[in-house]
Amino acid sequence: MSDKELWPEGVQRCSLKLFIAWLAVVFAVLVWGVYAAYVVWSGGLIVTGMDNYFAFGLYIIFDLGVIALGAGAFFSGLLYYLVRVEGLKNIINLAVIIGFICYSGALLILTLEVGQPLRAWFGFWHPNVHSMLTEVIFCITCYMLVLTIEFIPIILENRKLNKIKFLHHMAHNFHVIMPLFAGVGAFLSFFHQGSLGGMYGVLFSRPYAFREGFFIWPWTFFLFILSAVASGPGFTMLVATLMEKMTGRKLVDFSVKALMGKISGTMLAIYLVFKYLDTWAWATGILPRSGLTFSEVFYGVAYGKWLLFSELVVFGLFPAVLLLYSKTRNTPWILYSACTMVGIGVIINRYVQTAQTLAHPIMPFDRWYVYVPTWAEWAPSLAVIAYGALILSLAYRYLPVFPQERKLNQA
Amino acid sequence: MVLYLKEFKIKWGMVIDLDRCTGCGACMVACQAENNIAPPVDASNKRYSMTWLLVYQLSNKQPYPNHDVAYMPRPCLQCGKPNCVPVCPVIATDKNQEGGIVSQVNARCIGCRYCMAACPYHARYFNWQDPVWPEGMEKTLTPDVSTRPRGVVEKCLFCHHRYMYARDKARIEGRDPNALNEGDYIPACVEMCPTGAMVFGDLQNPEHKVHKLSKSPYAFRLLERLNTKPQVYYYSKREWVRKQGDNYLEHETVGGV
Ligand code: SF4
Ligand code: SF4
Repeated sequence: MSDKELWPEGVQRCSLKLFIAWLAVVFAVLVWGVYAAYVVWSGGLIVTGMDNYFAFGLYIIFDLGVIALGAGAFFSGLLYYLVRVEGLKNIINLAVIIGFICYSGALLILTLEVGQPLRAWFGFWHPNVHSMLTEVIFCITCYMLVLTIEFIPIILENRKLNKIKFLHHMAHNFHVIMPLFAGVGAFLSFFHQGSLGGMYGVLFSRPYAFREGFFIWPWTFFLFILSAVASGPGFTMLVATLMEKMTGRKLVDFSVKALMGKISGTMLAIYLVFKYLDTWAWATGILPRSGLTFSEVFYGVAYGKWLLFSELVVFGLFPAVLLLYSKTRNTPWILYSACTMVGIGVIINRYVQTAQTLAHPIMPFDRWYVYVPTWAEWAPSLAVIAYGALILSLAYRYLPVFPQERKLNQA
Repeated sequence: MVLYLKEFKIKWGMVIDLDRCTGCGACMVACQAENNIAPPVDASNKRYSMTWLLVYQLSNKQPYPNHDVAYMPRPCLQCGKPNCVPVCPVIATDKNQEGGIVSQVNARCIGCRYCMAACPYHARYFNWQDPVWPEGMEKTLTPDVSTRPRGVVEKCLFCHHRYMYARDKARIEGRDPNALNEGDYIPACVEMCPTGAMVFGDLQNPEHKVHKLSKSPYAFRLLERLNTKPQVYYYSKREWVRKQGDNYLEHETVGGV
């Protein structure tokens, strides 16, 4: 038994048996996550590590993390369709699929996160135009639609489906209008990446997160956008590399990867300039104005100063230098390590913005608490990763995701 | 970013005298009973508690015999510029009614808990579990206060239903519901306080006691410098207590005399 007719033309895939065995592993994790979702919905959020002190927890940190890492989709799309960076043609499909996975995964987690999931649509029905979260709800949902529209032509290009005339034309027409969607997607994505940062920046009563405004936005709005576009392209490239390692086939040319690394490095460098300025302004302005010293907003290991140092230097400045310098960037293992570091740095940022902001006692007689996620939070998060693996596996096996694959594997 | 300050002709507020409060907790009990707060199934983890009004213990951290404590009841402070309101994505909470009480619409709240993240006073509580009343106890529920389901955020509303009563009563008696006398409307906690530490009234009305008390040099508001402009004032002649009302850097001096 083989499903060879469904593979993209001229490529090699593992046996169906092996593929099914792999999917079984993926499904095992998925089922665990679905069970956790059932526990959360039926028992309430009490099964998580969140409490009255930690209104937000791993779900939000995970969502912010995947949404930042999924930014490769909008930024690569923007660079390819609108700025016409040709090299990106060879990885744009993957970027779109990863974006789709990250956003749909984040939305799935959000249904667990809110206390009243059946009322989630209230965000559209009774919107509060002043709330950054309203902006997030609107933009994420709309951008999810755009990503779906961008994903459809890739699905229609499956060898069997493409033989159907109607679908073939449809796919073609989708391609023609893609720059429009890339533009709309970039606009939406830009806004909600920003609003996610804005969500924290407007907490004027939480000095750890509060930032001054630039027009109507606190400047965390812009920092989130910049850090997301710095980590997104690198993450897309890392996924491609991981797929190469797992399948044993070459999927994208190294020059494309190095290009993604260069984009990441450049954006990271720009981000860091602002991030350093921001940290300085916060430590010397906002903190003393709130009656706090720099040391007071850090605590123990979970919220220690080491996090700030790691975020800004070890997983910030260091990979930025490695990615900007062409010699290190063009050494595969350094490129991969540097992009991994950028991703870690952004996740640390999302973690401290969420957990540390809430943990930091603002009333002088209050105390620090440490947030520890439970299995009911880890399981759905891992399940989203499994869900990503499932979509990527199916896409890799049956859809022409990598235009260079045939050429690179001719031997 | 919306940082607005709404002005109202009437501004219901409290002044709580921390030198009188003994920390007995009568206010907490009164609040639970008045507002249909279900008794917890397991109260061992205080971070899941539902205490619209919480009494904090403050200490001057001095060794005996100079050790001193104070008790600080903390309802929702009904901030003049509440951080919880502009963040709510669905306008489930708002500050828009005469009197300046920050409302909370349970039927609209989606339980995103963003308002909890925004409130620096931990005055908002999430319903982690379904509320369950022991058999028979449901007969004691206050009919004018809705019960809340699991998954929404709730908080102190200064017993808003009592405000409605007082207004209705004034109307029936042919008085102006917008010019209530002192004592026509008081929340359950204030009514129950055995030491008279809590005083309630219209902060804008010079005839109300709270108006004068709030202007005292011994009066202060929690975390004044965050600029949330609470409608709850605290009062203490002890400097160290006033000092714990906000974060003060070493070189800074505290207000008062
Ligand atoms: S005390 Fe907290 S919940 Fe109450 S109005 Fe102020 S910010 Fe909102
Ligand atoms: S938890 Fe409810 S009241 Fe609070 S911000 Fe979310 S929707 Fe608004």
